[in-house]
This record gives sequence, structure tokens and C-alpha cells, in this order.
Amino acid sequence: MAPVVVTVPTQAKRGEVIEIKTLAAHVMENGFRRTQMGELIARDIITQVVCTYNGVEVFRAELHPAMAANPFVAFTTVATESGTLEFKWTGDNGYSASHSAAITVT
Amino acid sequence: MTTRRQFLFLTGGALATTPVLAQLDPNIAQKRKAALEEAIRKVTGGAPLRQGRVKLDVAPLVDNGNTVPLSVTVQSPMTAADHVKAIHILTEKNPQPHVLTAHLGPRAGRATLSARCRMADTGNVIAIAQMSDGSFWSEAVSVIVTLSACLEDGLI
Repeated sequence: MAPVVVTVPTQAKRGEVIEIKTLAAHVMENGFRRTQMGELIARDIITQVVCTYNGVEVFRAELHPAMAANPFVAFTTVATESGTLEFKWTGDNGYSASHSAAITVT
Repeated sequence: MTTRRQFLFLTGGALATTPVLAQLDPNIAQKRKAALEEAIRKVTGGAPLRQGRVKLDVAPLVDNGNTVPLSVTVQSPMTAADHVKAIHILTEKNPQPHVLTAHLGPRAGRATLSARCRMADTGNVIAIAQMSDGSFWSEAVSVIVTLSACLEDGLI
């Protein structure tokens, strides 16, 4: 299973506001649960999602343990020029995932 | 000699009350309130929260607190001079109030955001928008949760 799923339109008009949906497959262990032996399960979450458009950061989100498992974040950006959108997730225990999507602006 | 009635009263009473006392902090309500106020103060830096401009969409009744879809829309022209800098989402009854902080800018085009959060208990969800002029706007929505997100023991 792909670790991440991102929905970005492949084509857009210049100046159009496009919607971007991102989802990363991650358990998001919140650090408040216990095992049957009563030991706390260590926190293991994604802490940050960053989106850059041709190298310029357009969106950044800090996630906390109260995000649901498989964190879904949807946002918008203005289609300014053709290029690539880079997505990067970072989290606990060295978690890191990235994805890039190409967009053609007419 | 212990009668059946006395035996049931003693054991039943002990079984029913001790686990609850062992798990829940008696000051849980105050602690949650203080944690939320502290989180809001950290976000705003003491600036007043104003009502309006923010629209928070959450279902008023959710079956499963593990995934609560929500979306936030802020009324803003999103120009370089006047835009939303950040959207913060907090919950009232979770062990940690923070859910998400999103940093936006004029490149966002529209100030909208969707995400899914966890909720431990019935209570308010609060969205706070931080504007480029330094003002803070918020909306709180009350949500009833029938099945809470996994929290087997002491909250906070």
C-alpha cells in the first residue's frame, strides 16, 4: 500500500484556486493508550505536513495526537505556473514520506 | 454471619465504585478547562478572541470519536495585505486540546481547511483563525460523541 495518497488536478487555469487533498497511511498512536499489562504505548504520530509549489512553501500543518489515524488534510492553493507540487510528511521515530505531483497551468 | 443481602451490597458496591475512583481524577473538569485556556493563551498570546468570520463545519452528533470530519472556512479576501495566517483547531475534552495548526498565506487563494480529528468526549470543538492584522476570530461548535476515541484510563 502506498504510504500516501494525494489528489491534485493535473491541469488548471492560471489564477484558479485548486483543492488539494492529502492522506498518509499511519496508525497515529496517540500515546494515551495502555497495553493489557498497563504499560503506556509510546506516542507515534506524524507531526508535520508541508506542501511546496515549485520550491515555495504554500501550506504547512502541525499535527497533534488528536488527529485521526491516517491523517487527512485538505487545503487550497492558487495555480500560478506549471511545475511540481512537493509534499512532505515528518513524524515521530524518524517517519518521513514524500510525494510530488505535476501540474500544467494554462 | 453475613447475609446474602449484605454480601451483595458489599461486593457489588466495591466493584461498582472502586474502578471509577481509581481512574478518574476528581478535578478532571477543572484540569481540562485549565488546559484549554492555556492552549488558547498560547495560540493568541493573550489577544482577545472575537466571534464571527470563522465557519466550522462538524456534524452535531458523531458515532465514532476516532474519526470526526471537520472543515473550517474563514471569510477573508486572502490578499497579501489581508489574509489568514493560521487556523488552529482545538477540542475541549481531549487530554491535549490541540488538534491541528495550519499555516496559510495569500498563496492559498481561499481560507479553507478540512481534516479529521479524534474526540475523547462530548464537548466543544473550537476553530481559531489568526489574521495578518493580528486579530483572532473563533467559532465553537458543540459535538455529541457516542463512542469516544481510545482512552482506557485517566484523562490528562
